[in-house]
Amino acid sequence: MIGPGLIVENLNAWYGDSHILQGVSLAIPQGAAAAILGRNGAGKTTTLKSIMGLTPRRSGSVRLGALKLDGLPPYRVARAGVAYVPEVRGVFSSLSVEENLTVSARATQGGWTLEQIFDRFPRLANRRNHGGNMLSGGEQQMLAIARALMTNGRLLMLDEPTEGLAPTIVEELSVLLRELLEDGLSLLLVEQNFTFATNLSKKIHVLGKGRIRWSGSASDLMKDEDITRTWLGV
Amino acid sequence: MFFEPTFLAIQFLNGLQLASLLFLLSVGLSVVYGLMNFINLAHGTLYMLGAYIGLTVARESGSFWLALVGAPLAIAALGALFHVLLLRRMQAASPMKQVLVTFGLIFIGLDVVRYIWGDFTHSIETPAIFSGSVQLLGEVYPSYRLFVIGLGLFVFVALYLGLERTRLGAVVRAGVDDREVAMSLGLNIELAFFIVFCLGCGLAGLAGVIAAPVLSVYPGMDMSILVLTLIVVVIGGPGSLKGAALGAFLIGMFETFGQVFMPALASVIIYALMAVVLLVRPGGLLPVRPG
Ligand SMILES: Nc1ncnc2c1ncn2[C@@H]1O[C@H](COP(=O)(O)OP(=O)(O)O)[C@@H](O)[C@H]1O
Ligand SMILES: [Mg+2]
Repeated sequence: MIGPGLIVENLNAWYGDSHILQGVSLAIPQGAAAAILGRNGAGKTTTLKSIMGLTPRRSGSVRLGALKLDGLPPYRVARAGVAYVPEVRGVFSSLSVEENLTVSARATQGGWTLEQIFDRFPRLANRRNHGGNMLSGGEQQMLAIARALMTNGRLLMLDEPTEGLAPTIVEELSVLLRELLEDGLSLLLVEQNFTFATNLSKKIHVLGKGRIRWSGSASDLMKDEDITRTWLGV
Repeated sequence: MFFEPTFLAIQFLNGLQLASLLFLLSVGLSVVYGLMNFINLAHGTLYMLGAYIGLTVARESGSFWLALVGAPLAIAALGALFHVLLLRRMQAASPMKQVLVTFGLIFIGLDVVRYIWGDFTHSIETPAIFSGSVQLLGEVYPSYRLFVIGLGLFVFVALYLGLERTRLGAVVRAGVDDREVAMSLGLNIELAFFIVFCLGCGLAGLAGVIAAPVLSVYPGMDMSILVLTLIVVVIGGPGSLKGAALGAFLIGMFETFGQVFMPALASVIIYALMAVVLLVRPGGLLPVRPG
């Protein structure tokens, strides 16, 4: 699928008086992937939250295809097609695995259904009646992603999805995300795991102190020692 | 005669009846405090207004049942207005401001009631089919009181099933677990909580109507029950349905048996119970977010 996808222009966000995001701009064509790398506290999570409409004060323009997202409440941003998997995962502990999925479901033509999700995530199917709080870390991450897919958005935003996961699960996740990309989903990935991010996404943005410091291809980034030392601390 | 089983059983039923009223009242208060971080001291005012509106509907129409349905609907609508005009703006305000504003509303409610219905004590007539008594353990017991107990139980079961088995219930639970994440998944949590809020207000109105044939309807009837209701919320755990039920049961029993056996100490016992619960479990007995 070719289309305008996500376009973020001059995004600013504040927490109280601190000006956290200072003019972030990026674009992801529909069906493509982009990754945001950066140190702790660079503003990666704040970027995703601001796209979602979750930060208390912000300015700038966010568009998804023809839809204007800035100014919308978070639930409308989600319904417009942004599926968000937060850093905290936020699996609902008083809902069963199945309820976690069905409560988020928005049926679309050709979109994910509960059966398809259970086919793709057999471990969730086995635990469909378990409470959300009875899952391992890897299962919680899979549920958080599966739940986001159930919203049938066009853009999937993941905040440090590999954090705390065993290497085999990270590999599984990588396979899954590649499949999703092939299906035409756009991907905005926030990572500290350099290898994981560069394997999935050709386009890399380096975020430092609330600004995009560098954008380019993964291979160019590896050659640029100045950037990696200053903004990634590699 | 104090320790006769029949006497105790009758007191137990009286305790259940009070528990039923307290439950209907505390559910709404508990939800607003636990889910929306809003302290609404005027919740008792909704109870009083429910009783008065029920009184007028019952008198004009001659039907208790119309009052039983109509007054809660009117109070739910009033709750919606209250939410839009006040709660939405004051949600971020300090607890002290919330307490002061809603405390002021108590006095406004009192004057409104005096202005419309006068400074007298009224009562709604018990509906015909529950005006008699039933034989229980060789004693006569007013059947209306059993109806009050049954209604409280019915509402508890209905709310429980609504929370566990319906889409709105799942959305509410998701919103309680993690509001931000729930919103990011496209759930309109504001709307879900708004509906729950109006439901809670309607239940306070319902409590007012069903209390009217047993307790009298008078300006200030809200104050006598508000304190007990607040204690129920604190003991049970704010925002928790089961907590409200358990708290209402405990307070209903302690208050009723306290009044019978140690009238002079009855209110002290209630406060002592609250103090003990808070010492052992500061979040209440069945908090909505355990741990
Ligand atoms: N809720 C908040 N209140 C105040 N400051 C915050 C909040 N969340 C994040 N920050 C600050 O914003 C900056 C960016 O944080 P964040 O976006 O979480 O960084 P990253 O995800 O890149 O590690 C940090 O300095 C952090 O302290
Ligand atoms: Mg972060």
